[in-house]
Amino acid sequence: MAELQITKGTSRKSAYDLRNPDPDGVEYHTLAVIVDNEAGVLARVIGLFSGRGYNIESLTVAEVDHKRHKSRITIVTSGTPSVINQIEAELSRLVPVYSVSDLTRDGFAVEREMALLKLGGPKPQRDEAQALAKAAHAKIVAESPNSFILEYSGSTEEIDGLADKMRAFGLKEIARTGVVGISLNQ
Amino acid sequence: MNRQMTGAQMVIQALTDQGIDTVFGYPGGAILPVYDELHKQNAIRHILVRHEQGAIHAAEGYARSTGKTGVVLVTSGPGATNSVTGLTDALMDSIPIVALCGQVPTFMIGNDAFQEADTVGITRPCTKHNWLVKDTGQLAEVVHKAFHVAKTGRPGPVLVDIPKDVQFANDLYVPPEHAELGHYSPQVEGDIEAITELVKLMETASRPIFYTGGGVINSGPMACELLRELVNGTGFPITSTLMGLGAYPATGKYWLGMLGMHGLWEANLAMHGCDLLINVGARFDDRITGRPKDFSPNSKRVHIDIDRSSINKVIRTDIAIVGDVANVLEKVLEIWLERERKINVPDVGNWWTQIREWRKKDSLWYENSSKTIKPQYAIQRLEALTKDKDRYITTDVGQHQMWAAQFMQFNNPNRWMTSGGLGTMGYGLPASIGVQIAHPDSLVINVAGEASWLMNMQEMGTAVQYRLPVRQFILNNERLGMVRQWQELLHGERYSQSWSEALPDFVKLADAFGCKGLSVSDPADLDDAIIEMIEYDGPVVFDCRVEKHENCYPMIPSGQPHNKMILSSSRGDHAISEAGAVLV
Repeated sequence: MAELQITKGTSRKSAYDLRNPDPDGVEYHTLAVIVDNEAGVLARVIGLFSGRGYNIESLTVAEVDHKRHKSRITIVTSGTPSVINQIEAELSRLVPVYSVSDLTRDGFAVEREMALLKLGGPKPQRDEAQALAKAAHAKIVAESPNSFILEYSGSTEEIDGLADKMRAFGLKEIARTGVVGISLNQ
Repeated sequence: MNRQMTGAQMVIQALTDQGIDTVFGYPGGAILPVYDELHKQNAIRHILVRHEQGAIHAAEGYARSTGKTGVVLVTSGPGATNSVTGLTDALMDSIPIVALCGQVPTFMIGNDAFQEADTVGITRPCTKHNWLVKDTGQLAEVVHKAFHVAKTGRPGPVLVDIPKDVQFANDLYVPPEHAELGHYSPQVEGDIEAITELVKLMETASRPIFYTGGGVINSGPMACELLRELVNGTGFPITSTLMGLGAYPATGKYWLGMLGMHGLWEANLAMHGCDLLINVGARFDDRITGRPKDFSPNSKRVHIDIDRSSINKVIRTDIAIVGDVANVLEKVLEIWLERERKINVPDVGNWWTQIREWRKKDSLWYENSSKTIKPQYAIQRLEALTKDKDRYITTDVGQHQMWAAQFMQFNNPNRWMTSGGLGTMGYGLPASIGVQIAHPDSLVINVAGEASWLMNMQEMGTAVQYRLPVRQFILNNERLGMVRQWQELLHGERYSQSWSEALPDFVKLADAFGCKGLSVSDPADLDDAIIEMIEYDGPVVFDCRVEKHENCYPMIPSGQPHNKMILSSSRGDHAISEAGAVLV
């Protein structure tokens, strides 16, 4: 590529792809896809992944622009760099897709998940769980004599970490939103 | 300007406003309101097929031979599901099709109603886009949008699912000029920097080659003109995929012939040995590349494609130019001219010397016979007796398709209609009907195999009904020839289920359909029979009894690189490895 005088990595959004053609392994990437919020759009995106054998580690979707009916789909996927590229290109050509950004590649991305944890241990456990929650800055959002619900947001690893700790202190149930993310770049 | 009308009227009005004068279809309960409106007008001609798959293939033939969008009208449930193969075929070969489909009324959707199918669900992966219209007020706009999407960027099939109550209800009609078409607008202009880099490589390349595909034909006549100008200007050799035949004339000075699994020796070796590979509107299909790891090992690869997802999908590219072929080639020519039209004359001269050396191999050679008709010979005679005519060729899928691609010469685009990507047996007859509808006075021939032809032979009824003089040139070897060939080469000559037992008498079959039947088995009678077929005024079923065990060569066995072709003379040379046997 030297004769093309293109510095590696400078043209990542163009069709020049200068990343390592011989991938050394599977990478995890978070993609943000802006789509028309029309019937079947999610099925179209998911169908692309299942039909072409790509992985979905996490997927979230919600309308982010009610006036223009645009939704943001955040997908965490895994694959070799060339597979990740191909996923981005395939997503980009879907008719209802406005844009696809690879937050992992763009860098400076904040990625968060929110979790609700239900805890229901006996008294001493419950106190310890609440102390642990406080230390982790998790919020108690509902309580009953027998159980309480924590709201906690953080990276996937942080949520995994808290959930692991809480298992010893009466964790009954957990609900997670999946990852959402935004990059500081662009 | 806006007018009140029913949904069914909107469909007809929108088609008329889109400049459509022909639709291929089959009526049924859920699409009856549209058929009722069709009955009341004369602007749009409806061609009644015998099976919905035939409707899509006919529309494909129509689209590919004209460059227009093909339109299909079918009913819900089985009408829609029968279309699925055709839609997939059009998706794989990038053919613009708008399929309009009846659906059960909105209030019955999800109730497992009679002839209900989840049509948008089923066709989502086999269309470029599809819509279920639940509100008559949006119907016209969606139909306009459907035409826009089908034809914009990389063309493809789209489907509009229209519930019956939406067809009956009244609302305002939105004409095309007021329709909101949305944000779908793929990049058509290539990056100038990248194009300049390509021109620089063209100036110094020692062993350049153009590898062109269906994208050139899809881009339009201008793209083909520009390609010819560029090839003739540079003097670089050019080869093409099955889909791209005719974009550059087969009689042209720089033509190497088709490349790929059954491509010519010189074309494949030139691909393997080149130092600059310029891909124009092709997609490095596995029939072309052979083993990707060993594909064209010493070349700089340039890829011009309107679909970014085709780039680096299979083969790594050094320079990628995303854009419309005509647009990009115009710029390539412009920049090459600005930089004084340089090429590396001595090295390219030596390259041609090498290619001429390869060409001496005569890789299409076959052993002819005076007793049985060799299929290659039949195609050669068909070619010789029709090449000067205003001629369109369709094919089915298999050996006959490859022989037609090898032995027939296409000097213009849109003259060759074949199922490339999906490899759909049964494509040829309905496609020939669509072509003949678009070109009523031209000679339209479907080169078929007997097994493929039987898959959609019901469409002879359509040909007879509309007096379409389509010629069905059937190479009858009483075998699934390509399957048989693979079984011979790959599966220890165990011919599992590849024998067409209990074939019909094709002459009597033609007679039953009310058209002409011809049968020939002696090579001495072949020319006269072909002439009779051409001169007859009406549809003909031509049963050409050919050698039953002929193999199609050259052949790159699955999983092998281009320089490991096998030729006819090396028959018995079982060059396919076990790893290759698992490939298709």
